[in-house]
Amino acid sequence: MSKSRVSGWALVLMVVAAVMLTLAPVPEALRALRPFWMALVVIYACLEWPDEFGLGTAFLLGLISDLVSGVVFGEHAFRLVVVAFIMLRFRSRIRFFPMWQQTAAVFALLLNDRIVTWMLRTFTGEFAIDWRYWLAPFVGALLWPWFFLLVSDLTQRRRSKSP
Amino acid sequence: MPVQSADQTQLFSGHGAGTLRLVVLLAIAAALMASDARFGLLGTLRRHGAELTRPVYWLASAPKRLGQAAVDYAEDRSTLLNENRSLREQILLSEAKVARFDTLVSENESLRSLLDARQRLGLKAQLVEIVDIDLDPFRQRLLVNRGSNAGISAGQAVLDGRGLIGQIVDASEHTATVILLTDPGHAVPVRVERTGLRSIAYGTGAADRLLLSHVPFSANLQPGDRLLSSGLGGRFPAGLPVAVITEVKGDRSATFAVAEAKPVAGIEQVKQLLVLEEELSAISADSVESDPDFIGPPQGLAFPPAQSP
Repeated sequence: MSKSRVSGWALVLMVVAAVMLTLAPVPEALRALRPFWMALVVIYACLEWPDEFGLGTAFLLGLISDLVSGVVFGEHAFRLVVVAFIMLRFRSRIRFFPMWQQTAAVFALLLNDRIVTWMLRTFTGEFAIDWRYWLAPFVGALLWPWFFLLVSDLTQRRRSKSP
Repeated sequence: MPVQSADQTQLFSGHGAGTLRLVVLLAIAAALMASDARFGLLGTLRRHGAELTRPVYWLASAPKRLGQAAVDYAEDRSTLLNENRSLREQILLSEAKVARFDTLVSENESLRSLLDARQRLGLKAQLVEIVDIDLDPFRQRLLVNRGSNAGISAGQAVLDGRGLIGQIVDASEHTATVILLTDPGHAVPVRVERTGLRSIAYGTGAADRLLLSHVPFSANLQPGDRLLSSGLGGRFPAGLPVAVITEVKGDRSATFAVAEAKPVAGIEQVKQLLVLEEELSAISADSVESDPDFIGPPQGLAFPPAQSP
């Protein structure tokens, strides 16, 4: 019980941080490099808390992202559900990958998400992409090891403290 | 040990990631997207949601505001004095210009009344500030800090000091979303200042590029031509600067020319924008030839009118 409560709080904090990082203004040149933070949160949650975290939670986080970033309702929800589904399916394998393979898996997931987004926006009919569109997955994958180590360090410390 | 048991439940019950759940959730998401994008059913939800997101936006832009405040504070006194002096000079200059402009306006009005032309509405505008939030970089949208309770509604034209920027696409109570001219889903009716040719400038998704397609070669479009809003369609008032032609080339079929244009408004630089207060009449007096029954070839195909200096 205490474990699930810790993970619940950790998830809330991560979501708040992801929203802030998604919205924080950066120089024009760096804007396209911004990784899909919420997907990193979902991937982490799928890896670490598969009992508490499911597709429904991913959907909810997606709706929050939609609201905050002001895009069409359901777009982030769709993307995050896809990410969570793939992640939960291959969780037992990815969990025991060495870090570089895990990073490669995250990269593949983020790239897939870019393709899904492309598809969705083609359907909703307002999109033009250039090559910078494909940069964000690289940044996301490069950040993944640090993100993973940082978050698991913090949550692990909390968990060992609780009886 | 907890790790192992978690894996086992994952393997056998597959809870949390069942294909059925996936299909149902994706269907809900798709339905949401369709009802929001195609039918606009979720407008009220969005408006209430905007109230919730306001503090989030405020918080997310806080670090930059703090940094800016620190920079402002640390700015040298002498640079401030210098700036002050040059601003004073500019004010003097502007005042002189405004005085001249006032006389021109009154002269213009008297001439118009003499001609018995329809009185053109004076542009009533409201100053709004851009909220410093990055929405998706691949969508040409901006968020501004005034909404429906300041009288802003969807469809109003938005400009900066230099020219047209876009229009309000969605207004919630305290914020509004501006769709830029350069959004791929946006088009603005324009008129070439030099020849009078009317056309439509489409957004491309790139911040510094508009596209005019299917322009006849005989229209004699040249790089450097200025595009003004034509006022047709009733969204934008006529005569606002929109863009400058940068390149003209043939399209694939080589029967029409395609022109690229660069918006004149400094979308990346400005902080404040003007929102025009009322929608203007569908066709304003000077957008079409003064004869309202004018029928004939598009102006660009007709003989070019005499140039005014």
